[in-house]
Amino acid sequence: MATITHEEAHVHVHGPELQHQFETPEQQKEAATLGMWAFLVTEIMLFGGIFMAYIVYRWAFPEAWEEAAAMLNTPLAAVNTVVLLVSSLTVALAVNAAEEGNKRRLLTMLVLTMILGLTFLLIKGYEYSEKFAHCAGAKDPISWITGSDLHESHECLVPGRNFMFPSEHGATSSGHGHGAAKTGLMQSGHQLFFFLYFCATGLHAIHMIIGLGVMSTITVMALRNTFSPTYYTPVEIGGLYWHLIDIIWVFLFPLFYLV
Amino acid sequence: MATLSLPQSSYIRDNSRTFTEWLKSWLLTVDHKRIAILYLLSINFFFLLGGLAATLVRVELITPQGDLMSSDVYNRAFTLHGVIMVFFFLIPSIPAVLGNFLVPLMIGARDLAFPRLNLLSWYLYMIGGLFALIAAVFGGVDTGWTFYTPFSSTYSNSNVVMTITGAFIMGFSSILTGLNFIVTIHKMRAPGLTWFRLPLFIWANYATSIIQILATPVLGIALLLVVVERLWGVGIYDPALGGDPLLFQHLFWFYSHPAVYIMILPAMGVISELISTFSRKRIFGYEFIAFSSIAIAILGFLVWGHHMFVSSQSVYAGLIFSFITMLVAIPSAIKVFNWTATLYKGSISYRTPMLYALGFIGLFVIGGLTGIFLGVTAVDLHVTDTYFVVAHFHYVMVGGTIMAYLGGIHFWWPKMTGRMYNETWGSIAALIIFVGFNMTFFPQFILGYLGMPRRYHVYPPEFQVLHVMSTAGASILAIGFIVPLIYLGISLRKGRIAGDNPWGATGLEWKTSSPPPTYNFDKTPIVTEEAYAYPPEAAERDAASWRPGSPL
Repeated sequence: MATITHEEAHVHVHGPELQHQFETPEQQKEAATLGMWAFLVTEIMLFGGIFMAYIVYRWAFPEAWEEAAAMLNTPLAAVNTVVLLVSSLTVALAVNAAEEGNKRRLLTMLVLTMILGLTFLLIKGYEYSEKFAHCAGAKDPISWITGSDLHESHECLVPGRNFMFPSEHGATSSGHGHGAAKTGLMQSGHQLFFFLYFCATGLHAIHMIIGLGVMSTITVMALRNTFSPTYYTPVEIGGLYWHLIDIIWVFLFPLFYLV
Repeated sequence: MATLSLPQSSYIRDNSRTFTEWLKSWLLTVDHKRIAILYLLSINFFFLLGGLAATLVRVELITPQGDLMSSDVYNRAFTLHGVIMVFFFLIPSIPAVLGNFLVPLMIGARDLAFPRLNLLSWYLYMIGGLFALIAAVFGGVDTGWTFYTPFSSTYSNSNVVMTITGAFIMGFSSILTGLNFIVTIHKMRAPGLTWFRLPLFIWANYATSIIQILATPVLGIALLLVVVERLWGVGIYDPALGGDPLLFQHLFWFYSHPAVYIMILPAMGVISELISTFSRKRIFGYEFIAFSSIAIAILGFLVWGHHMFVSSQSVYAGLIFSFITMLVAIPSAIKVFNWTATLYKGSISYRTPMLYALGFIGLFVIGGLTGIFLGVTAVDLHVTDTYFVVAHFHYVMVGGTIMAYLGGIHFWWPKMTGRMYNETWGSIAALIIFVGFNMTFFPQFILGYLGMPRRYHVYPPEFQVLHVMSTAGASILAIGFIVPLIYLGISLRKGRIAGDNPWGATGLEWKTSSPPPTYNFDKTPIVTEEAYAYPPEAAERDAASWRPGSPL
């Protein structure tokens, strides 16, 4: 068949990584990079919807949001921010190692990145479980799991029917002579804050899990000696994706925890 | 010219021996042309399904009373029609079928930049479609295709989550197609094919792809929040819980208005090709048409508020949206004027694709101008949510997109299959569709202006004459859609062998054999001339040598 010999001719001239639809490795690399950038744009638009909602409701409930933000575990999130920023560094070093053809360092950096990513997810998971534990009436996730020290919950920050913002805040606001409607409005504001918090950070965590999948694929490819100083596009565009996950967190962290 | 038999090897033929092998070679293909055929079949299936729902709606509206179905069933019927037609037919139609087939061919590439991603897009489309179908089978959804909150998020007890999931998944198919096109058009052009030598169909698809990758994710997140709100019972859109239903409308129309241009821009690209080919003239004002596509894409992002004039949106915002809406008329008019200028002193041949193209221009002008009426806040307040709006967007979507889709299918049919369809039946079907379409939707302008609201299954008796006329037109339209199915099907076996370039058109896709080989071109073509390089005297020569029965 004419078409098959055509493909074979290509395989002989260039490396096996050159796909049939491209003329040159440079073209393939440029295409892959542009494709990843275009994809990152769509990701930013996806989160853009959530940021839009954030702006609208922050505008609508400024006081409630200020109170609600104080209930988040800022120290843990700060640690997480550091973890992610370091992982950005290790990814950048991994790309550098791939460029130099240093397989050992590439693998080390990829594994380090994945460990940091997992650490982030674990800390995030602990933060989530704290909120769920409070709903179940436990002080912290550990006593929630062991089932000890359970009592009537006076705080539930997971949006839903059981949502309950700590009563002392409710008491102070009604103590100032605000009506029940005002309290209800505050309650809505609190709940919207946590709703967006769970949506935004949850969506981010899903991206993190996908990112871990991408990184492990690249690690397997590296183990199989797929990369060379002339061909390391997957490391590069995988790194781009990882940086995007980081940068989204860099926006989420101040918006939810600090402001 | 090898007009006696089809080429020995082409993308359609393969050497699979068993049926499973053959099936695999299609379902696991990464060839853009085969994927286009997969899309062609599945999209037409959804078109027929959406048409069936439309039939139910039109039949119910023959009489002023609700005698065929209850209001609830009626709600589900028009929602099914809207969801299927918008998300599963109009948005993917031209890009996914014609675009997939033609973009690599027109730019002299072997395939799209990411062939496997392309196949993934088709699977995502099918999975999304499956969700929508399952939702329909298990009772359907009654929110209208717009899924307005808080009805969709709190009150409706139909299959909202299932349908939204379908639309959400389909959205990713659309994003990936757009991404693939952008990269392909940037990086895969044949040597010598500069941006200003690209066919206008490519420019149109490029503009469309930009909208697809920028707008679709916003729809994704808006719909995702509806689903989370329904499942979790928290009110991000529910005013009773502090949420803002207008936020949904803003996010929804931020996608869904540009989505209208996802539907019409590729159609305009097709029309540019058809008009030039069948006038035997280089297109008039190439750069203006090219940039007007980009201008429409950009302006399209700034006009979503004109869907919300009667919401509690600020009056001043409404004024600005109204003004920007008027601006969209400029690039649209540039296109129409350039097409008509191309026709001027051309050697026009009224072949089937050209009939669709001329029909498109007429219907698009009506659809576009009524769009300007609706862009004026004062008029819009009067006709919001009436049949005037329904007629307007059907003129643009059906009269625009579907006319161009059918014109394009006919024009590139010989390239896709290697065979010609029956020209006589083709012309007849095109005329039936044109007449049926106008009969269906023109009365709706009057209905709407007189005050008939959309989405009602009962209406005052004085509207009956116009409704019956509309339903009669819809029956004619349905016949017009079925006839091509028959003669195109027959042409697959019996059609005359087309040869490489039956229309004498310019463009790289006509330089390869029909149907093209798997790798499109034996040798990467080198481009040395502009897109519509008909010599100045081509039209006169063509007119002088015209003889009855010639393919042109």
